[in-house]
Amino acid sequence: MAINTDKNSYTVVFAAVMVVVVGSILAFLASYLRPTIAENERFEKQQNILYAMGVNENGDDVGAVNFVPKEIVESEFANYIKEQLVIEGGKITENKDAYLIDLKKQLAAKKKGQPYKLPVFIGEKQSKKFYIIPMYGKGLWDAIWGFVALDETMTVQGVYFDHKGETPGLGANIKMRYFMDDFSGESILKGTQYAGIAVAKGNNDPLNKDKDDNEVDALAGATITGNGVSAMIKESVNLYKPYLEEIRAK
Amino acid sequence: MGLLSKKDANLILDPLADNNPITIQVLGICSALAITAELQASLVMAIAVIFVLGVGNVVISLMRNIIPSKIRIIVQLIVVATLVIIVDQVLKAFAYELSKTLAVFVGLIITNCIIMGRFEAFALANGPWKSFLDGIGNALGYGVILILVGFFRELLGSGTLFGIPVLGDPIAKTGLYATGYENNGFMIIPPAALIVVGIIIWVQRTKNPALVEEN
Repeated sequence: MAINTDKNSYTVVFAAVMVVVVGSILAFLASYLRPTIAENERFEKQQNILYAMGVNENGDDVGAVNFVPKEIVESEFANYIKEQLVIEGGKITENKDAYLIDLKKQLAAKKKGQPYKLPVFIGEKQSKKFYIIPMYGKGLWDAIWGFVALDETMTVQGVYFDHKGETPGLGANIKMRYFMDDFSGESILKGTQYAGIAVAKGNNDPLNKDKDDNEVDALAGATITGNGVSAMIKESVNLYKPYLEEIRAK
Repeated sequence: MGLLSKKDANLILDPLADNNPITIQVLGICSALAITAELQASLVMAIAVIFVLGVGNVVISLMRNIIPSKIRIIVQLIVVATLVIIVDQVLKAFAYELSKTLAVFVGLIITNCIIMGRFEAFALANGPWKSFLDGIGNALGYGVILILVGFFRELLGSGTLFGIPVLGDPIAKTGLYATGYENNGFMIIPPAALIVVGIIIWVQRTKNPALVEEN
């Protein structure tokens, strides 16, 4: 069987056939798996939001995080999250699917000057209220995002960070407990300013005993990811400032 | 090895030592630097590359007589990219947690020069069975170095293995840390990988002088 693989016409036909074959395989696979993947992503978001307000299965190991199991996350989410609000142009409405709002798209819309929606989740645990706001920003390689749970005094009750592609062992450690746990107890206020919380190198407080400095200790070797986290918190806090003012005034 | 002829066995064993893709051919260094700060990441990357290179080599080998030589590099790229996306999607649906760990590797696998190198140098000229063995062998050779580097970097840099503390608690000063030992922060930044790989190359060539190039 001798095909002249050097002919231009053969090359073009081969390329076309290859594209069609590969395209159909991937298209078929993607549409077949989409419902399962979407469900996984939905559960993950619920787990993340619950994690920020302290509903999780963390043990004594301060390394990795342990979420509420996937099987029960939906019912736990309904239990703990009392209200889901959407802020759109200063108006606040309730929306049961607010957690599905993609903050990345909303921020992009804001940048273009289009109307955008901001979700807020109000959780309640042992009759204590948590105001959970989402965050989205960029790290060294790709997107980073997370949730921060605040109380009425704007003190952080818990955070959750995640990332798309930060370096394993370095920036990727923003989702480790020893980094995230440091944020609890810090205030996003400095006096009356919404200062956020900075990931600081050389703040001389590696155990994070000082909870009034608006700073947590940085991760060694992950400067840019850390700066990304600081910027992300600041941006989100400023974005939600009007709403947070309202909570404080209550 | 009764299962494989001596020649076939060499396809797997050669890349493990005397023709190792990282230490001898010096390929795939970029990913070896990027992800070896942790043992777990090294292991996941090794497994992913074994799969992609094994299957990819077979696919390219089966197609070797019909691939137009003018666009063969593009065809190879498409095969790698497709395989990686299939793995990624299947994991996202059925092993979501694992897929999140892998996300960072997807791009690194596609651009891994070992994969394109084996397609180009071996699979295009050999049958599927031999190509499969060659793929597995080279991926294993790559994986072994990755795991070795990951082991030393995580142990010396963070005092843990697979995320589990093995040297005691650096903050509470227990275990080895009680004697004044400190983690070496340098080990977790990428240049340390280069040094560890360099030491491995040195040790390997000292043990087998035949590998040293004549000037």
